[in-house]
Amino acid sequence: MSDRIKATVKRRQVREAIEQSLIRRRKRNRRFRMLGLGAVILGMLFLGIMFSSIISKGYSAFALTDIQLEIYFDPEVIDPQGGRNPDVLASAAYGKLVKAALRKEYPEVKKRKEKRKLYRLVSTGAIQQLRDLVLSDPAIIGSRKKLWLIADDDVDQYYKHGENQSRLKGQQLAWVAQLRAKDALKTSFNTNFFTAGDSREPELAGIRGAVVGSFFVIMITLGLSLPLGVAAAIYLEEFSPRNHWTDFVEININNLAAVPSIVFGLLGLAVYINFFELPRSAPLVGGLVLTLMTLPTIIIASRAALKSVPPSIREAALGMGASKMQMVFHHVLPLAMPGMLTGTIIGLAQALGETAPLLMIGMVAFIVDIPGSILDPATVLPVQIYLWADSPERAFTERTSAAILVLLAFLVLMNLVAIWLRRKFEKRW
Amino acid sequence: MFAVEIKTEQASPTQIDTLPERTLGKPLLDKKVSMHCREVDVFYGDKQAIFDVSLDIGKNEVLAMIGPSGCGKSTFLRCLNRMNDTINSCKITGSIRLDGEDIYDPKVDIELLRARVGMVFQKPNPFPKSVYENVAYGPRIHGLTRDKIELDEIVKNSLMRAGLWKEVKDRLDDVGTGLSGGQQQRLCIARAIAINPEVILMDEPCSALDPIATAIVEELIDELRQRYTIVIVTHSMQQAARVSQRTAYFHLGKLVEVDKTDRLFTNPSHGLTEAYITGRFG
Ligand SMILES: Nc1ncnc2c1ncn2[C@@H]1O[C@H](COP(=O)(O)OP(=O)(O)O)[C@@H](O)[C@H]1O
Ligand SMILES: [Mg+2]
Repeated sequence: MSDRIKATVKRRQVREAIEQSLIRRRKRNRRFRMLGLGAVILGMLFLGIMFSSIISKGYSAFALTDIQLEIYFDPEVIDPQGGRNPDVLASAAYGKLVKAALRKEYPEVKKRKEKRKLYRLVSTGAIQQLRDLVLSDPAIIGSRKKLWLIADDDVDQYYKHGENQSRLKGQQLAWVAQLRAKDALKTSFNTNFFTAGDSREPELAGIRGAVVGSFFVIMITLGLSLPLGVAAAIYLEEFSPRNHWTDFVEININNLAAVPSIVFGLLGLAVYINFFELPRSAPLVGGLVLTLMTLPTIIIASRAALKSVPPSIREAALGMGASKMQMVFHHVLPLAMPGMLTGTIIGLAQALGETAPLLMIGMVAFIVDIPGSILDPATVLPVQIYLWADSPERAFTERTSAAILVLLAFLVLMNLVAIWLRRKFEKRW
Repeated sequence: MFAVEIKTEQASPTQIDTLPERTLGKPLLDKKVSMHCREVDVFYGDKQAIFDVSLDIGKNEVLAMIGPSGCGKSTFLRCLNRMNDTINSCKITGSIRLDGEDIYDPKVDIELLRARVGMVFQKPNPFPKSVYENVAYGPRIHGLTRDKIELDEIVKNSLMRAGLWKEVKDRLDDVGTGLSGGQQQRLCIARAIAINPEVILMDEPCSALDPIATAIVEELIDELRQRYTIVIVTHSMQQAARVSQRTAYFHLGKLVEVDKTDRLFTNPSHGLTEAYITGRFG
């Protein structure tokens, strides 16, 4: 056989072998792609299930049931002296007005025990509503007015979800059915949920206190961990000599990022509260604890961002006679900023959702007042969720889901900001 | 093939596989010296990259450094403005003087040195800022101007001298990294000359450029020679021949031969030089 024929034969064999292997490769390719697609679909499915379950459980908390009653602003009850002194008006027994209105609505109810059941249809929040009305316009005293008052959570659940979901029984059901027939029940947007602090009464409970608490905590965390983390990252990445000591620091930072968050809570309890005697339950301490937790995340992300700045930019700056400091602050830092900010926001999002370490420092107390400063006792959104999830009332269950929705909305918002910042500051080189 | 071998034998007085004891040709100059380098050794950790190089760089000359890749051209070039200081493992012995002043003296300000010995890198590396900011950066950090008018003047002059003014005068606010490769490299040259250095080091400045951009930069180098001393590393013999007055040939970290460019290319003293310039390896 001549060389040329041999080469032709050989070439044909090679070709066949390649074709064979191509079939196998394509199959493997397809299998891998299906696997990946399956994983994505599965992930999206779980996400969808989670969201739809939370939304379906939580959306109803954004509506609140009101009862229409004709209230007689009885001068005898509100202000027997007739002085119209605001202090007197503020401390009047408005509950009596509601009770009188209910008795008038249901004259057939006579027994004490039954009356008490009747009174329970209207929320104690109605007292506040009436007080606000009178204080804003004392001329109302003496008049009769049809008013929408906040219903008790049991009525609320009955009206929104039906008999089975409510704790109303026997007579109460009949009374409420009567109200419903008269169109004296309606739902309105639940502003309480956004403007009120926590409460024992679900219909009066809101997330304002927890949101403000979370805001303080996150601001403190941001204010401390961003400058500290960025400074530490710049020092470690750009200025520190490479030796055993910095290796040791580096390993410890990486370990710190993996420490369970509750440990930071214990640390905060021991150091900030027991040693420095800072107040318990205060957003300041919460922020300090979460700073400890967030710092490693920010340092690691910032160092990665600094590392990713191409050496050619550094050389360009140094070659112009810039000092190391100028190189870092004029050129490296602006380019690393998007990465640093992204890392920071991810760290903060983590901190925003953190519960365990805050339980350790007492941010789990039942707090009605909305915190006014970083030293006031406060709670945060995830802890509020935890507290409500623990309550047996059906109304708290839906508020739990609604609070989760709010928390998720904040997290999504933060991630969007991170993406926006990255897009905005990203530069090509 | 046969013919080349005969020619090599005739032209090379020394053997191709032995390096010379001392650098051949004329590495040292008598007067008008900008940089003196004496017995320079460079180590990366334990590995020696430059062996005993002594070389003078004359004022207002273009000195080309050629040699196979990995022979230490960049390493030696980067010693001249202490860019190697940024590499931890890099150690340098011997002496390098700029206008008689030892640049490795601990008292020397490295920022001042780099302002006096500017550098243009292999890959164009403008800052991701505007064209104007790129050129204005040096004068700004060194405090060379008192007001915006002076700065504008410097920026304009530098861009003109780099032959870029006409192309970018309406786009001074555009980001420098958006220019074409050749324009970027000329922007880097403009940036370097904006602080009026004495020496400009160029490490294969045209290797990332197309032939037309290369020709423009080469022409520019020839013009810049009036004001600056230029040391250029190149892998193109033609480029060395076109732009330089003297050429240095490096091999495995040793400076084999330095001479007037036309002389080195027509009548090399060492077989290695001969082999390299005739394209037998590279
Ligand atoms: N940062 C470094 N660390 C260690 N060795 C290096 C480094 N830079 C260059 N070298 C080595 O030094 C020698 C010379 O490299 P270089 O100066 O870049 O050569 P050239 O520019 O002539 O191609 C090469 O052997 C290279 O591997
Ligand atoms: Mg090189």
